[in-house]
This record gives sequence, structure tokens and C-alpha cells, in this order.
Amino acid sequence: MIVIDKISKKYVGADNYSVSNLSLSIKDQEIFGLLGPNGAGKTTLISMLCALVKPTSGHFTINNLNYKQHKTEIKKLIGIVPQEYALYPTLTAFENLKYFGSMYGLKGKALNQKILSHLEILGLEKFANKKIDTFSGGMKRRVNLLASILHNPKVLILDEPTVGVDVQSKNVIINFLKELNANGTTIIYTSHHLNEAEQFCTKVAIIDHGKIIIEGKPKDLINQSDELHNLEDVFISLTGKELRDYA
Amino acid sequence: MHKLLASAYKEFLLLKRDFGSVIILFVMPLVLIITITLIQDSTFKTIENTQIPILVVDNDKGEVAKTMLEGLQSSEAFEIIMSATEAEAKDLVFGGDYQLAVIIPTHLTSDLNKKVNNNVDNLLQNFGIGSESNASEQPEVTSKEVRLYFDPATQVSFKNSVKNGIDKMISKIEMKTIYTSFQKQLSENPDDVIFKTDNFVKFKEILPKKDNEEFIPNSAQHNVPAWSLFAIFFIIVPLSINIVKEKSQGTFVRLRTNPVSYATVLGGKTVVYLAVCLIQFALMLAVGVFVFPKIGLPTLDVSGRLPLLFVVSIFAGLAAIGLGVLIGTIAKTQEQSAPFGATFVVILAAIGGVWVPVFIMPKFMQVLSNISPMNWGLNAYYDVFLRNGSLASILPELALLLLFFIVTTLLSIFFNEKKHAV
Repeated sequence: MIVIDKISKKYVGADNYSVSNLSLSIKDQEIFGLLGPNGAGKTTLISMLCALVKPTSGHFTINNLNYKQHKTEIKKLIGIVPQEYALYPTLTAFENLKYFGSMYGLKGKALNQKILSHLEILGLEKFANKKIDTFSGGMKRRVNLLASILHNPKVLILDEPTVGVDVQSKNVIINFLKELNANGTTIIYTSHHLNEAEQFCTKVAIIDHGKIIIEGKPKDLINQSDELHNLEDVFISLTGKELRDYA
Repeated sequence: MHKLLASAYKEFLLLKRDFGSVIILFVMPLVLIITITLIQDSTFKTIENTQIPILVVDNDKGEVAKTMLEGLQSSEAFEIIMSATEAEAKDLVFGGDYQLAVIIPTHLTSDLNKKVNNNVDNLLQNFGIGSESNASEQPEVTSKEVRLYFDPATQVSFKNSVKNGIDKMISKIEMKTIYTSFQKQLSENPDDVIFKTDNFVKFKEILPKKDNEEFIPNSAQHNVPAWSLFAIFFIIVPLSINIVKEKSQGTFVRLRTNPVSYATVLGGKTVVYLAVCLIQFALMLAVGVFVFPKIGLPTLDVSGRLPLLFVVSIFAGLAAIGLGVLIGTIAKTQEQSAPFGATFVVILAAIGGVWVPVFIMPKFMQVLSNISPMNWGLNAYYDVFLRNGSLASILPELALLLLFFIVTTLLSIFFNEKKHAV
């Protein structure tokens, strides 16, 4: 279980808080969607959960482990799928996965077999020994995902895992995530694809200006009003139609 | 340990697949070392074998002028060209046609003889040996000047060396004249040798011995260690780029979320880049030993020194890696790390004594050179290569290089932790 308690983040030199006094509980084996417009604070929130960004105030626990005292243990529990392709372009898919698997202490034949079986599930077994810089966007996304789950994380955090991929790749990724979740992995996921979130998530929270403005099961949020037909309607009704460009 | 080895293997693969970096790391230092040694060796040969043409105007036509001309000729550094007038010689030199003109004044021989004879007469008279009539008849002799015209483009070091040489030659002539005058006054037989005029103090250069044989350093012995060190430190550039690339392509972010320390990640890089340094050094030694003699350069003598040379290279490599890691950690883009790294290596080389020996630098730069890791490395190489140093004699330099590696690596880890502290 993840418990976030009054967490805030203000970057050095920024006028406003990116995340402000935010509290949230995510139960085990949930697929939790963090939704919000650009600059709402989603990436900052998950960056704090991944130990990439230091909170200005507040704290959080993952499986009752406080992030301040149990940094390394928490890192072993979680897997992160960053938005960018965090892979070495001149290494093959297999070499990338072997390296990142090794960083979790995995080794030997067990690691090799795990990599090959996962590549097969995601349709990449033929490309195991091809360099990443020859891959399409969808293929890179799938390897990017695999590099984060080789150690069987209890919690998987994904930052827009299906951005820029074709429908086929997206389906493979979503089905794979559902299977991971069925096997006990809690999933926290950010996306701008609201239809996808509606189908995929068991619970969502809409964030804006660093605060959670609504939280619940997608169907419950849609059924609040007759004027709301889908999650996108809920999103627009709460965050408005104004452009959220920022620099 | 497993994570360190995995990191090292990943670095090996990354380097192996970056052909440009491999070329820079292994081929460019070899090109550099051959080019520099060829240039320096040919420069020394040119100085040794070529005579610089100089103009001489002999207005004296006497014994002193003859001795001076013989002195200039015997130095084998100059080709003497006699000129008719001072004005003509001056125009030619100031016009850049010649580096130097020496104008020997009129009556130099006769006036020098008169001056010396007067002095000797006065001296002997004081001892009651000379005649009084001689002293009263002494004519006044004005001092003479040998004029030197230099091409304004001539370097100061050359001018000083020529001035010192001529000054020494004139002193010798004066001394000889004094002895001759005394001889004439004190001996009835002019063939008697009362004063021996050959030099009492002579110079003998004592060279370090290796296997009871004197070891004469050649240009390869000077150039290979200096430029090997320069090449080793150039590893800063690809290493810092490697670190910046990891940050820009997102893999560093992923590593920060993994249960692995920054020290382990850096450890993997250190292992691989240290191996690169040692291979670089081995290649440069191989070029000095096997290629130099084939292209007319002096052979590099490494006999009996290889283990110590590799010990120095390990520590110099560590210092270079520490600096590369620090630059890569601090820099945000390749545009920052690459030019800074390259320029910084050149600066370190300059203040470290790779370009110009430290002892001829200004005092402030000499002090500054003490804090250049290249200076420590260069001294250690010279101790082994040229001074027959032992491990004990290079320990201070090795300790400084190791300390530099530890400090720069700790600074990198500290900077990284501070920047990303959670």
C-alpha cells in the first residue's frame, strides 16, 4: 500500500508549488491513474515516489517503508517506466535488459531466460540482438517497459507508457500491464489518453495545480452527472478548456 | 561486485560501438606522438647541423679580430660572411636578411695591447720592477666597443646566448693579452712559458648510469612520456561526453531509480577507461620502440623500466578519469563538457610542463605547476625514464595522483547526491 501524506514540492526559483499538500492512498493491486493537464504536477508526484525529486515537505510510505529511511529497499520494491526511452541506443535490446536487470542483482541463466521470455511476450524475441537505435517508437516503448519489470516490482510506476505508439503496440502494452497487475503488481500510471485510462484503471485521481481535485473509480466519476458521458467529460468539467501551455 | 562488473561490461560495449571515440582514443595519440617527435627531433638536428649566416665587419685587421673570427668559426654555429662597412651590415640585418652583424672596431688589437701594457707597467712599477720613464710616457687609451646588430625578429634567448658567447671570447682574449704582456716584462727569453693559459677549471657532464653505462636521453625519451601523459589526460573528453550522454538520453534517470550507487556506476567507467589508458600507453611505447627507428627517429629505450612506467600510467590514468568524471557530472550538455574538457587538458599540459619546462616558467607559473596533476605525472615519468628512479622515488607523485583521483571522484559523488538528494 502506498500512503502519501501532505506532500509538497516547490522547485528552486519557481513561483508556485508543483505539488501542494497532496495526500493519497493507493491500495495493493490497484491500477491507479493519475490524470491532469500539462503542468498539473503528475510527473513531479511520481518523480518524488521514484526518489528522483526531493519533496519540499510531507512524506510517503510504500509497503510501510518510509522513503527517508528505506530509500534502497523502496527502490527494490518499485519499477519505473519513464516517459522518455531510457535505453542505450547502441546496445541491443538483450544487452540493455541484461544491464538493467543486473542493477537489481539479477544474474546468470535465470536473468537471460527471463529476458527472452518477456521479449517473446511483447513480440520482440526476433529483435533481441538488434540495437535499440534501429527500433521503431513502439518497439522502444516495449523494451523501456521490460527494463523496469525484470525484478518483479511490487509497485510499477509508468509515466505515459503508450505515448507515441501505434494501436497494436498500445494493446500489447496494456494487456501486458493487466497481466502484471493480475499477478500482484500495483500500477500507478499517468496518461493523457483518457479513454485508455477509463478502460484500464481501477481508480483515477485528477490533479490540477498540484492538488487532487477528484478521486474515485472511473465509472463512479462519470455517473455523478447525466451530462458526463466519459472520463474526458469529467476531466474537461473539472479542469476547463483553457490551454495549459507553460515553459 | 556483480553490479560493478555489469557496469564495466556495459561501458566496454558502449565504447566498442562508438568507432569515433575509439579512433580518438587510440589512433590520435599515436599520430600526435609521431608528429611531435618528428618535429622536435628535426628541430634539434637543424640546430646541430645548420650554420646561421652572420655578417662580420673587421675594422681592426689585427690579432684580436683574428682570434674573434676563429672563435666564431670554431663554434660551428655560424657561417661567417665578411662585410665591407658597418652601414651596409646594419641595413642587411635590420632588413631581415641576416640575424646578426658583429662590428669589430678599429685599432682594437693595438689599443688592447696598449691598455694591457700600461696596466702591467703600472703594476710592476708598484713592485719596483718597471722603469719610471715607461709610466710617464703612457698614452691615454679609450675603451672599445664591439657592436652587435640583431634582426628585431630574433628571439631574446638567441640574442642572450650570442652576447654571452662573444663576451666570454673577449674576456679570454683580454686575459691572454695580459699574460703575454707579463711574460714579455718578466722574462728575457720570449719562448719561456711562465704562465700556462689553458683553462684550470673544466666542465664534465656526468650522466645517470644504467647497467654501468652512461645513459644519454634522446628526443624520444623526452617526448614519449610528455605526450603520452597528454594523450592519457585527453580521456577526459570522451569520458565526460559519455556521462553527459547518459544524462541526456535518460538512462541516468533510470539508474537513479535503480538500487545502485553512483559510485558503482562510476566504478564501471573507471575500470574500462583505465584499461583504455593503459592500452593507449602500451601502444605509444610500442610506437617509440618499434616504429620510431623505422622512420628515422631515435629508439625509445624502455628496458628495465616497463613495470614502473605502467605503475605511473595507472595512477596518471586514475587522475585523468577522476577529472573526466567530475566534468561530466557537473556539465549539463556535451557542448559544455567537450570544449571545456579539451581546453582544460591543454591548460593543465601547459602549466604541467609538457609544452615548456617548468624551470624556465615565471615564478608564479612554477608555483601553479605544482598543482597540475600532469606535472606530477610528468615528473614521475621523467624520474623513471631519465633519472633511473625507483618506486620509492616516485611515491610522492603517485600519492598525489591517487589523492587527486579520490578527491575528484568524491566531489562528483557529493555533487550528484546534493543535486538529486531525496
